[in-house]
This record gives sequence, structure tokens and C-alpha cells, in this order.
Amino acid sequence: MATEQNSVSEKQKGTWERPSTFYNKYTKYALYVIIIGFFAWSFIGTGFDVERILQGYGELTPVIGIAWPPNFEDRFLSLYFQGIYESVGMAFLATIGGVLISIPFAFMGARNIAPRPLYYFARGIFVSTRSFHNLIVGIVFVTAVGTGAFAGILTFMFSTLGYWAKLMAEDIEDIAGNKLDSIRAVGASPLQILIYAVVPQVMPRAVGLTIYRWDSNIRGSIIIGIVGAGGIGLTLINSYRRYEYDVTLAILLIIIAIVLVGEVASAYIRGKVQ
Amino acid sequence: MSLKSRSEWQRFEGRQKWIRILSSLSVLAALFIFWETMDVRVSYFADAPVHLYDLFSRMYPPDMSVLPNLIGPTIETFHMSLLATGFAFIFSIPTAILAAENLSPNDVTYGLGKLIISTCRSVHDIIWALIFVLILGPGALAGILGMGMKSIGFIGKFFAEEIEEIDRNTTKAVRATGANSALIMIYGIVPQIKAAFVGLTVYRWDVNIRAATIVGLVGAGGIGVQLDQAMGFLYWGEVLTILIVIFVLVVISEVVSAYLREKTR
Repeated sequence: MATEQNSVSEKQKGTWERPSTFYNKYTKYALYVIIIGFFAWSFIGTGFDVERILQGYGELTPVIGIAWPPNFEDRFLSLYFQGIYESVGMAFLATIGGVLISIPFAFMGARNIAPRPLYYFARGIFVSTRSFHNLIVGIVFVTAVGTGAFAGILTFMFSTLGYWAKLMAEDIEDIAGNKLDSIRAVGASPLQILIYAVVPQVMPRAVGLTIYRWDSNIRGSIIIGIVGAGGIGLTLINSYRRYEYDVTLAILLIIIAIVLVGEVASAYIRGKVQ
Repeated sequence: MSLKSRSEWQRFEGRQKWIRILSSLSVLAALFIFWETMDVRVSYFADAPVHLYDLFSRMYPPDMSVLPNLIGPTIETFHMSLLATGFAFIFSIPTAILAAENLSPNDVTYGLGKLIISTCRSVHDIIWALIFVLILGPGALAGILGMGMKSIGFIGKFFAEEIEEIDRNTTKAVRATGANSALIMIYGIVPQIKAAFVGLTVYRWDVNIRAATIVGLVGAGGIGVQLDQAMGFLYWGEVLTILIVIFVLVVISEVVSAYLREKTR
């Protein structure tokens, strides 16, 4: 600490100062003040108080009383299994379907191969698909095609379009241009350029991204049932609304287990592919 | 084998080819099985355009008269995202230190750090929010803690990876000048990870704004509560207004976050 005080007092002589990422010290401190100000405003604005947390802690006991032990009875077990199966299947079908509809958009969103108007069109679609959370998109599709797995599948196809196609488009932008030129030089048509120059370069990445997307679609399909689009989420929210917290807890534990397993599996497959 | 491969060119050979064929086949089989066994009522798709048209005709024009009532919830959504990110930032630093191979005191703490991160990450914001609504009752606080838990997992994971990539020579050089461990932290470690920390936190704030708009569906505060109510009463004009507000909020946060991350790089 002593050394630091020294350096402060000797600053006039032009001693070394820690380099700052900001333009100068004043901007830095002004920014810190602004950040702290925002946080203070938020604290007051949301009525964050410790008393309420402590009060809630007392009410936790009866909740735990109902929730523990988690309910793994046979008749519920088949219900959980069905829900999980539907969630995983929904995510699978949505990933395949979503990737299929995303492929043209991925090409359209790549600056180096797409004409300008198409490029802006595809980018616009990416922004608008990514702006709304899955649950909100789910609500719209449930209204459109009724409750059930199909609404969920459409929802995740929609979100796959936003994420998969955008990341793929960025990968296509990064490919080696000289390979494009060499295929073009042998007289290939635009379609042949796509097949022989672009696709082989992005294929490993595409498989990796698809698996990653499946992983995140499973995560999403677990909760999409909250708005009525099928899967385990529907079972979860129903048990929650009926105060059957033991069932809720059992489902939560199953979800955590599945996601952990899924994460390990997805990391393994991606490691193999790349 | 080598003769054959010389005579006709193949992209993949032997085992690799079979693995590829098998994995493609199993994907097809899974596709078929899921499609057949799941209750996918495609017939509903036939009149989906009618229902969608119906929905949008009821939504349009958006009911702009509710706009003044939405100002409060919108600000609350912003507050929630900010506090959740701050909460996650504070708690993810110790978690990341535990889960970083080079800074973690021993194998047990390393495992503990990894476990905390995976558990926080694997549970969705909504489910965390649901748990906290159960404990604390409905309100913004449940949403903040819910998003905060999820964010601890996310930020912690990347912080830990960032810490693992620290250049040891820098910390050695600082130690060689006679610095104690606090000074090594300030001058040797923090400068190496600060930019990444700020960038990741800003990115997570952007994600949390999106999450804050929907945790209200389970009663955890923010503009989602208004959305849930408007849908419950079938006030579709109001729903469209809320969706427009959410869209604007998300686009603004995305622009701000992109700008800030550009600055910190």
C-alpha cells in the first residue's frame, strides 16, 4: 500500500501511471459514477430490501415441507418420461427443420457471395427473429396452430433461423476467397461455386453448430410448455399451479440431470467433429 | 487398399466413411421415429394462416392508449436486467476463481466451482425465477435473483476460461519487483482479464434485458406481467403495443451493448 501512496504523491514529476482503457482519468471516474448511479437508481426503483428476503426465508420452510421428498411415483414417472420425450423430440425435429430452412438464409446473409439487397433482407430477418424471446414466439404459434408439440417445433425452427443462419453467414464470410476464385476460374456456375467451394469449407462448422443448436433447443423446449407448446414444461407449470411442489421438484431435478448429460454429450460430439 | 484409393478418388475412406453413413442413417431414423411417435398434428397447419390472420387483425391497430401505463414496467425491466447482471458479476468472480484450474486452491474447490457453474447454467432463467417466486412471492426481486443465478453460470464459465488463459510471466514479473499478492492481483492479473470481463458482462446484460421481458410470465416482475395480463384478458391491441415496446427495448440494448463491447476490445 505504501508504494501506491508514494506514486500518487510523485505523480507531478511524471511517474508511471497504470494505463487506462478510457480516454483519460476523468472519463473513467465519470463512467464509474454513472454506473454506480444507475445501480443506485435500480436498487431504489425496484424496492430491493433485505427484510423481504428474510421474511421469504421463513416462508420457505412449508414450501420445502411439500416439495421434499421429490415425487418419483410410478404414475408420475411415466408422465415425466412422456414430457421429456416430447421436449427432446420437439428440439430434434425443430433443429432439423430449422437448419433446412436456414440454409438459404445463411447464404443470403453472407456479404461475400450474396447480392446487396438479399444481404440486407437476410440481416433484417436475423435481427427480427432474435429480438423476441422463444416464449413470446411460442405464444404466437400456439394461437396459430393450437397447443401441443407442433407449436413448439415451429417456435424453435424460428429461433434456429435467427441464430444458426446468422452464425453460418458469418462463417461463410470468413472462407478463403481464393478457393472461390479458382472454382470460378474453371467455369463453374454460381450454384457449382456454392457446392464445390463454399460448402466443403463450412461443413464441419455447420455440423458443430447444428449440434450446439440442438443442445440449446432442448434447453428451450423444456420451458416452452409454460405457454402451452408441449413438452415437460407443460407438466411442470401444471404441477406448480396446483401447488404439487413435490412433482415440481422432481421435474426440476430431472431437467438439471438431462441438461448436464446433454452438455457433456454435446461437448463430446463437437470435439469429435472439429 | 492403397491401390484402390489410387485408382479412384474418394472423399472418405474405410472406417470414416462407415461412421458417416451410420450417423446419417441414425439421424434419419431418429427423425422418422420422433415424427411418427410424437403427437404432431400437421393438419392444424392447414388453417394456421387463417388463425394467424385472425390474430393479427385483432392485434392491429396496436392500442397506443396504454403506452403511459407501460413506462413504469419498462423502467422496471431495465432495472431488473441491470441488478441481475450486477448480482451475477459480483458472485461470478469468486466462482470463476474456484473453477479456474490455475487459481483454484485444490481439486475439491475446482470441482465445486465447476458444479456451481453447470447447475446455474443448466437451469433456465424462467425456472430459476419460478423457484424464487415460490420462495419470495411474485415481484421484481424473484426475477432479479432468477436471472442472476443463470447469469452466474454463464459469466462464471467464461470468466474461468479467461482466468485460465492468464500469462504467467506477467505475474512473475510483478512478483519479482517485490509486490505482495494484492498488488500482483491488481497489476499482474486484473489488466489481463479486465477487458474480457467487461465485455462479457455487457453482453450478459444484453441477454438479461431479453430475459427480463419474459420472466413476468411466471409473475417475476417487469413488462412480462403486463403481457401476461393483456393476453389473459385477450386485449390483443395492448399485446401488440407491448411487443412493440419489447422490440424497441431489445434493439436499443443490442445497439448499446455492441457499442460498449466495441469500446472495450
